[in-house]
Amino acid sequence: MSKGCCEFVTGSVVADGRSIPTVSTRLSPRDIAGTWKVRWNIGRDHYSVAPGLYAVGAPTGESPVFVSANYKLSFDVLRQALNGVDGWILVLDTKGINVWCAAGKGTFGTRELEQRIAGVGLERIVTHRVVIAPQLGAPGVSAPHVREATGFRVKFGPVRAKDIPAYLAAGQKKDEEMRRVRFRLTDRITVAPVELVQGWPVLLGAVLVAMALGLPLDAGFLSRCLSYALSLVGAVIVGTILFPALLPILPFRAFALKGAVLGAVWGVVSALVAHGTLAGGAAMALAGAAVVSFAGMNFTGTSTFTCQPGAELEVKVALIPQIAGGVLGVGLLAATRIFGL
Amino acid sequence: MRMTYIKNGETLSYDASRCNGCRECVEVCPHAVFAMQGPKAAIVDREACMECGACAQNCASGAIRVTAGVGCASAVIQGMIRGTQPACGCGGAAASSSGSGCCGN
Repeated sequence: MSKGCCEFVTGSVVADGRSIPTVSTRLSPRDIAGTWKVRWNIGRDHYSVAPGLYAVGAPTGESPVFVSANYKLSFDVLRQALNGVDGWILVLDTKGINVWCAAGKGTFGTRELEQRIAGVGLERIVTHRVVIAPQLGAPGVSAPHVREATGFRVKFGPVRAKDIPAYLAAGQKKDEEMRRVRFRLTDRITVAPVELVQGWPVLLGAVLVAMALGLPLDAGFLSRCLSYALSLVGAVIVGTILFPALLPILPFRAFALKGAVLGAVWGVVSALVAHGTLAGGAAMALAGAAVVSFAGMNFTGTSTFTCQPGAELEVKVALIPQIAGGVLGVGLLAATRIFGL
Repeated sequence: MRMTYIKNGETLSYDASRCNGCRECVEVCPHAVFAMQGPKAAIVDREACMECGACAQNCASGAIRVTAGVGCASAVIQGMIRGTQPACGCGGAAASSSGSGCCGN
């Protein structure tokens, strides 16, 4: 790979008689725009860098080796955190997926790491036998197996790349907080927009249902449409943005239940705001509960503390009620229109 | 704020007699499920366990077992549709499939 192949490559170092590309530790406006776009699901399926070995700063054979996924966001977060550090970055082929998801799928995995170490001839680049992997790669990487296969010891560094300088200063040791995954409000809000954008079919459906409920096409059509759209489209936004924000304070542990409560409240509130009838309010509460329950349940995959058996139980118990509730709720809304309830 | 979930940690099993005190479980767990008590590890917060499998993968003495999986309802649904195990299908050719609610990171 030569200089100029990618914007973030700024030069090269020679090691083991080969030219290894050096990457910048500063994110360019294009990198920052790219981060923003993938947070909104734009281009997220092909936002990756080429796997292989890279350099930051002016590394030597004694410099630490950091392992990364080839999702460009993961790579950018890592190289930015390595500002001021002389080191090597070993990028694994995780099919453009971030570290934790890839580890769960096995692509940020034992075999890929072993093959990549061998493939770049790491043993000829560094004199030590340690690679520092992000802690969230651990579900996919068996350090004992990698040591057996390659002679390299995998140390799991901090959860967050920004803690790497402190980790290095402490002699490659983590404190309690560096090992913990937190899911604070800012974390939840950061990952929420993707849910909204990926929910575009549901958003479209909500608009179409609102239009259908607004019929006939008379003078009141637009205002009726808008009124229903506010409630129904609002339910999708409540399910994908407000739900993540309120997650820890919503009742129950199951996300489908948390969502049902939030959705029912939204349905009633939005019906009241639209000066709806009692029957309309009840119908909207049902539809709202169904939509927000479904959206909320789907947030399990984005959250940081849910186990598979729990997610399976949620789907088994809640999916049919969600579909039925949605159909029934919309049906009741139609009935209120048709029969003037 | 401590966040727990239904069925968390139910498949996690730990045999203290096999523990060699290497601390890897403590180092790799994202939710401090394990802590050292003297020379050996102990489970101190089973309900925080999301069954990611990091501990079992890295316990060289085989003291830890867990049925690792991904706590993703969307993956469960996609698995149901395709007749497979839960799988999110993101990345590669399957990336363009609807896969709603996929890993936000």
